[in-house]
Amino acid sequence: MPDAVHHHAHPALAHHFDDLGQQSEAATLGMWVFLVTEVLFFGGLFLCYLVYRTIYPAAFALASHELDVVLGTVNTGVLITSSLTMALAVHAAQMGQRRLVMMFLVATMVLGATFLGIKSVEYYHKFEECPEIRAALHLPGGDEGAHACHVPGPGFTFEPAQHARHAQIFFSLYFTMTGIHALHMVIGLGIMMWMLWWSWRGVITAEYFSPIEVSGLYWHFVDIVWIFLFPLLYLIGRHG
Amino acid sequence: MSEHIVPKRVYYTIFGILMLGTYLTVQIAYFDLGRLNTIAALTIAVVKATLVVLFFMHVKYSTRLTWAVVLGSIFWLGIMLSITMSDYLTRGWRTFG
Repeated sequence: MPDAVHHHAHPALAHHFDDLGQQSEAATLGMWVFLVTEVLFFGGLFLCYLVYRTIYPAAFALASHELDVVLGTVNTGVLITSSLTMALAVHAAQMGQRRLVMMFLVATMVLGATFLGIKSVEYYHKFEECPEIRAALHLPGGDEGAHACHVPGPGFTFEPAQHARHAQIFFSLYFTMTGIHALHMVIGLGIMMWMLWWSWRGVITAEYFSPIEVSGLYWHFVDIVWIFLFPLLYLIGRHG
Repeated sequence: MSEHIVPKRVYYTIFGILMLGTYLTVQIAYFDLGRLNTIAALTIAVVKATLVVLFFMHVKYSTRLTWAVVLGSIFWLGIMLSITMSDYLTRGWRTFG
């Protein structure tokens, strides 16, 4: 049975914490420790990028040219805006404004889904340019052989041909890094859905908002990864 | 523990700076500055990331333990990047043998 200390305890307070403040500090710290592992996880990919870009700077600059800078820029704006709505959701949670929390969570999800939609348009353009992939997926024809196929694999082509092997490394990194980033976004959308459910049920209050705060940390981290991915993948050698 | 509530105008200001930074990164990429292109792009990215960490992620108002964890992650990332690159960048030197 509850002891004297927890006599008037908040229902969300776990028994091994003194108070909600301590519990929330522990939750924040725990999330940051997880994000450290994420920093080093993405760090490995960035390191791989750094090594190959150092060795093949010309091929990387040419390959970067083949990405859609307009869609990339718009997506950067969309993601930064979603970080703002996430921050405002945390603020609303701290103020105990339940409806506003839900509104900002939905806005964050809509922006996150928009990002993924634009990303899939970019992926689709790259995939539909490849004759083998078009045939395998029964996609409509397109102009026969008019495009280069930038999806790494046996059908990969690149002009000028002497850079093809190294450009393929760039596109392998592009699909891996943006793909894993997109996976994080999908997981983020799941977390937002969960937080929306908790807000709707009234679990989130001005006293107990740390789930929203911690979810926000994850969302902002995914935003930061994109802040580095965007210039490194889309903008190198634009002036060439 | 009293939870620090960041005023909304701070969030709007940071948002404005992040958008401006994105605009600048794209604009600068179209000028040929040689090596400075990459340096400028990464400097802006680091500034943007720092603002997100300090204000959106509330690290500025966090406990020292959180600061230690955040700085620790950057430190270990630095070790990974710098030691690996010290190998790759010096392979062409051939000062011995």
